[in-house]
Amino acid sequence: MRFAVPVFPGSNCDIDCEKAITTVLGEPVDFVWHTQRDLDQYDAIIVPGGFSYGDYLRAGALARFSPVMEGVVKAASEGKLVLGICNGFQILQEAGLLPGAMRVNDHLKFRCDIQPLTVVNNSLAFTQDYRRDEGIQLPIAHGEGNFYCDEVTLKELEQNGQIVFRYVGSNPNGSVEDIAGVSNREGNVLGLMPHPERAIVEWMGSQDGAKMFTSMLRYWEEKIGAA
Amino acid sequence: MQPNQNVMGTSTVMEPTPEEIRDRKLYSELGLTPAEFEQVEKHLGRLPNWTELGIYSVMWSEHCSYKNSKPLLKRLPVDGPRVLQGPGEGAGVIDIGDGQAVVFKIESHNHPTAVEPFQGAATGVGGIIRDVFSMGARPVALLNSLRFGPLESPRVRYLLEQAVAGIAHYGNVVGIPTVGGEVEFDATYEGNPLVNAMCVGIINHEDIQQGVAKGVDNPVIYVGASTGRDGIHGAIFASEELSEASEEKRPSVQAGDPFMEKLLLEACLELVQKGILLGIQDMGAAGLTCSSAEMTAKGGVGLDLYLDDVPQREEGMSPYEIMLSESQERMLLVVEEGREAEVKEVLDKWELPSAVVGRVTEGDRYRIFHQRECVADIPVKTLVDDAPINYRQGEEPLSFREETAASYMEELTGVDPTEALQRVLAAPSLASKRWVYQQYDSMVRTSTAVRPGSDAAVIVLDGLDKGLAMSVDGNSRYVKLDPHVGGATAVAEAARNVVCAGARPLAITDCLNFGNPEKPDVFWQLENAIDGMGEACRQLGTPVVGGNVSLYNETKGSAIHPTPVVGMVGLVESRDHITTQSFQQEGDVLLLLGANFGELGGSELQQQVLGMISGRPPQLDLAAEKALQSAVLHLIQAGNVSSAHDLSTGGLAVAIAESAFAKGLGARIDVETDLTVIPYLFGESQSRVLLSVPKEFAKEAMAMVEKQGVTCSRIGEVSGEQLSIWINGVEVVSEQVSSLQTIWEEAIPCAMNASLTN
Repeated sequence: MRFAVPVFPGSNCDIDCEKAITTVLGEPVDFVWHTQRDLDQYDAIIVPGGFSYGDYLRAGALARFSPVMEGVVKAASEGKLVLGICNGFQILQEAGLLPGAMRVNDHLKFRCDIQPLTVVNNSLAFTQDYRRDEGIQLPIAHGEGNFYCDEVTLKELEQNGQIVFRYVGSNPNGSVEDIAGVSNREGNVLGLMPHPERAIVEWMGSQDGAKMFTSMLRYWEEKIGAA
Repeated sequence: MQPNQNVMGTSTVMEPTPEEIRDRKLYSELGLTPAEFEQVEKHLGRLPNWTELGIYSVMWSEHCSYKNSKPLLKRLPVDGPRVLQGPGEGAGVIDIGDGQAVVFKIESHNHPTAVEPFQGAATGVGGIIRDVFSMGARPVALLNSLRFGPLESPRVRYLLEQAVAGIAHYGNVVGIPTVGGEVEFDATYEGNPLVNAMCVGIINHEDIQQGVAKGVDNPVIYVGASTGRDGIHGAIFASEELSEASEEKRPSVQAGDPFMEKLLLEACLELVQKGILLGIQDMGAAGLTCSSAEMTAKGGVGLDLYLDDVPQREEGMSPYEIMLSESQERMLLVVEEGREAEVKEVLDKWELPSAVVGRVTEGDRYRIFHQRECVADIPVKTLVDDAPINYRQGEEPLSFREETAASYMEELTGVDPTEALQRVLAAPSLASKRWVYQQYDSMVRTSTAVRPGSDAAVIVLDGLDKGLAMSVDGNSRYVKLDPHVGGATAVAEAARNVVCAGARPLAITDCLNFGNPEKPDVFWQLENAIDGMGEACRQLGTPVVGGNVSLYNETKGSAIHPTPVVGMVGLVESRDHITTQSFQQEGDVLLLLGANFGELGGSELQQQVLGMISGRPPQLDLAAEKALQSAVLHLIQAGNVSSAHDLSTGGLAVAIAESAFAKGLGARIDVETDLTVIPYLFGESQSRVLLSVPKEFAKEAMAMVEKQGVTCSRIGEVSGEQLSIWINGVEVVSEQVSSLQTIWEEAIPCAMNASLTN
């Protein structure tokens, strides 16, 4: 399974994503500079966290115009797996691949912590190795993670199982319905504010992120096997 | 060459002529004394023009030349078997084996923070990051040491809120984890907060860079943000006392752009990897002037700079403004002639403005050209090597003799122990700093094994079993009461913290925050603190590989407590050795290593109860300190220590409470002692560590420690959810860990929330 990690000016979790894929899966992964349009050779794309273009204008608002996003949009439309973490989530929202919009944290401060979550939907390619309603812990680190959508969208998200992760305990940013991660309707594009790549081995304080990567690999292997 | 003396045509402001500068003593506005002006005249063999005067004034400022502190800094040990680069470059470099080295430095941004806290603190972080990557190293961790006045003041709350937000913003955007630090509050810092930022990087030996210009005709390349009018005279501003007029210096504070820094960082490291660079230096304090002059002087060459080619943010900037601008995120490179295109390719990829702005020349002239005219022509050595040095004399203040009496003991020993513990835990200096550090991304780069909140932070090294432990420390109350002991204690405590994390201390970087050195009592503090630090560094085998001096920290004529801050880096040989201060399991035995003399001079309890400090600080026996650290590290490496916590501010009681908080595990303490309760629990005697060890290992551990000549007593065990302390058969404290933790956790958030409503 071949992974691409697009790198925008200002991305800073790109190396962490590569390390996670290598450590957990041992699968090949390439950094792809934001000027490259063609991502056809990849089976999955992980849009990393950071501050693409310094978060100027609005988080993700500039990165979504980078040439590489053409490849990301194409991959998503072909049913390939696209995972957006933190700033990657914001970019995918700005690109229209994921619902909702991100506001500044309600307390107006950046927040870094290890955050308890529940896996609301464990039937996705990204979450199948989790149990339903499993309580997990993942690091968060963001200033604009306050997910917002209107009532109608919220109802749709709930009905379609697109709410994938929720914060448990105190909501760290004020997001609607404690939403921490959502998918597109088809379930092949996932965005989440927490960082699974920062929770893969014991000394990191949690290993709960590893299952997201193993889920993706298992999905791909089963798909290849079936073909 | 005689530079053009009439530069008025090139500037938007009328610049004075050389004669006007002399006759109206305008040099004093730039911080030069009449004697220094005469020296300039002698070096040039004529009167300087305004641009040249500006260049001399920043190069000879305390910030750039260390003219007041240089003779003292020479007393610090700078050598050691692991030192690859001592003071004098962007940052110090220490060998950590496997062909790798750790690069680190601490620097202050106190004055800018006092007038514009967000940008002042943010650009402090930006500057120290550039110091590290200008060595060729990948920055991997940030720490900071902050000092503010009491949180009751709305102005102080504003300063803290904004400074922390600025530090967070810069580090988070660049993507370097802020893994540790310290924050203390004291009235002495009310008008003059301290922001000291430390950066740690990793490098392969063969990639180490230098800030040097070499090879005649080689191009000098400017890269990064364009030059604007911000920060002109920042270095001079940093070398004066703060006053009411300091607000007017707000334009001396630069504005930072961490996004630009991230691009600059990646581009420079790519150039390092390609092996193209001959020299590289950050344009930090005194901007283009300092970087180009220092590189030229170090290379023993001359330099021609063409200011028309410097990327500029604004139109009509004069040579004076371009040379003295402290616009952020800029770097100066020297490469071999003919490789300009290779460099440009990398810089263009990162979309960075760049330009060839000069050439290395034969000889020793430092020449500046603007609009086809020479506007400065200076023998470069006179800017750097011949900067004036002030040999000052310190004088022991009368108060130092008078402070000896320990008349406070009676008043303190009468305090109820439970109430004392609650008060001390609620003191902002000791209370949980979560409100601060949860604004910092402490985990980006996925190498942080011990996050903020323990004695020292630990990061692991990719692909290797080892890691680095890091700590910043400084207790200004001790230094105020006895600069020599206080200076030594700062080093000892930083080392102890690193040892408690499971690391061998390697070396330090120091930031010396003091008052006006022209005052004999301040100079006496500086001199004695440096001697104390030097003594501790020699004993503990941790040389000083770089740092920063911040003098003139005064408001309205009154100096801050002398505040040397020590940044220590230690090597964790194996990930298995990584240890935190938190109790791990019920039933573990608590061992207290080191002797307790019940010393309350300069203690947190004294400050809380009496509202002031007096007497002498805890004494420090460096031989005992060394033995203690060696014993603790030995035990940790043997693999049988559950937790280790340095005893510092707040003494044993606070150490036990802090160890209990992380997992909500209580403790039952039962001891016999000759001391009374308060000095026993809250005395701050040095060279002590609290360990928890599995029961079956306790006896062996005690024997191992005692064999190394270190006092060790079994004082209780980890148990329940209650903190219960029995002394000489009487229960003196009995509190739920959770209720103590609430006091400790809520102190700072509650104090800060007031700022929203007031």
